[in-house]
Amino acid sequence: MNATWPAIHFTVNGASCSVTVPPMKRLLDVLREDLHLTGSKEGCGEGECGSCSVRMNGELVNSCLVPVLQAEGTQIETVEGLAVDGELHPLQVAFLEHGGAQCGICTPGVLMAATQLLAHNPHPELPEIREALAGNLCRCTGFMRIFASIQAAAAAAAPSAKGEHHARQS
Amino acid sequence: MRGNPEAHQLVAPGSLGGVLELMAREPGEWTPIAGGTELMVAFSAGRLTAPRLVSLWGISELRFIQVTPETIAIGAGATFLDMRRHKVLSDELPLIARASGWIGSVANQSRATLGGNLVNGSPAADSSPALLVYDAEVELISVRGRRRIPYAAFHSGYKSNIMAADELLFAVHLPRRFAAHRQYLRKVGTRRAMAISKVALAATARLENAVVREIRVAAASLAPFPVRLVKTEAALLDRPLGRESLLAARAALLDEARPIDDIRSTADYRRQVAVNLLEEFLLELRRERVRQ
Repeated sequence: MNATWPAIHFTVNGASCSVTVPPMKRLLDVLREDLHLTGSKEGCGEGECGSCSVRMNGELVNSCLVPVLQAEGTQIETVEGLAVDGELHPLQVAFLEHGGAQCGICTPGVLMAATQLLAHNPHPELPEIREALAGNLCRCTGFMRIFASIQAAAAAAAPSAKGEHHARQS
Repeated sequence: MRGNPEAHQLVAPGSLGGVLELMAREPGEWTPIAGGTELMVAFSAGRLTAPRLVSLWGISELRFIQVTPETIAIGAGATFLDMRRHKVLSDELPLIARASGWIGSVANQSRATLGGNLVNGSPAADSSPALLVYDAEVELISVRGRRRIPYAAFHSGYKSNIMAADELLFAVHLPRRFAAHRQYLRKVGTRRAMAISKVALAATARLENAVVREIRVAAASLAPFPVRLVKTEAALLDRPLGRESLLAARAALLDEARPIDDIRSTADYRRQVAVNLLEEFLLELRRERVRQ
């Protein structure tokens, strides 16, 4: 059967990759076992917990539910790609400062879901943060600190229209 | 037991024609897989029995939302995020956008497709009640050609439908004539996000001089597949909306609902909630009548 496996090409955090594995192998397992990117975690393996969240062509996906053949030609972003040249991403800084990570299992997925949210909505309200994170379960139950970390990261980025308004008033 | 990726064949012809030819050559041999939010869950758990799968993901001929003067056509490969983000769909047929927001999390909505939701045919399918009250038609395609049937005639039993072994769901067609109707959709589940519904009810209606001139009511989890509640509709149609018709509609719903006990809820609870949702909709409709 090995002979029938096609080579599958995609990029991970900007780097080109080619893997020759069973096409039904889960993207999560290819990332962890073949590419040794173990940041993405397996929690439930059924798309409920979000620990394996990565971005595929700019959309958030559960990598445990993606057969790797469907990643052919796509751009994958994982938690390993957030920090650039050793410099933490603003979300990672905020999670450190605000205690957004406890045991850390959900954190890579939470960071990717937060990245997805801020890419579309740089200054989300709390209900929008809650909705965007609804698919990421933290069993340390640190949700309030996670939400606070995301709000802090958003505030640390370019000032919002609201912020500018306040600045003009004062 | 975990799924073994070597035990399943997965191919990606990359075009609609390629998929249809494969399905025509070996009818029933190939299981289509789109965003994988159903089949990959079964795979991960070692429960996927399909030996050969054909990928529909990335086939642009299936992923579209097309607006014409009379209808909105949604390709079977459109994701729930695609539907949530579509302006005309959200404005005119808002129940679909709202149901799309219930389908799991963002990471599920980015992958789960309308076609997958319908073909999977869960009795609790989130998109189904909305499609039923909008008089949706489904378009099926095979190498033999295309055919269109009312969505209400698509499901034939628990997780089964009327598609032939070589057919694929191509698109869902929605008439653009409900913008002025009173529209209702509510899902009752254990939590707002991610939860599979215990029961969901959708309705659209149009009043004329306080008389119900058009009404459609549909539900998930009240039968082996999502259904129009035709007796409930008949109890309301062409009658003035008042206490009498409300009581008749409640009785009709209790008579025609066929819910079951399962891990998510009980038949009794589902029946009770369904009639309460119906009443909530009818009271909303009556308030609108008072305003007229």
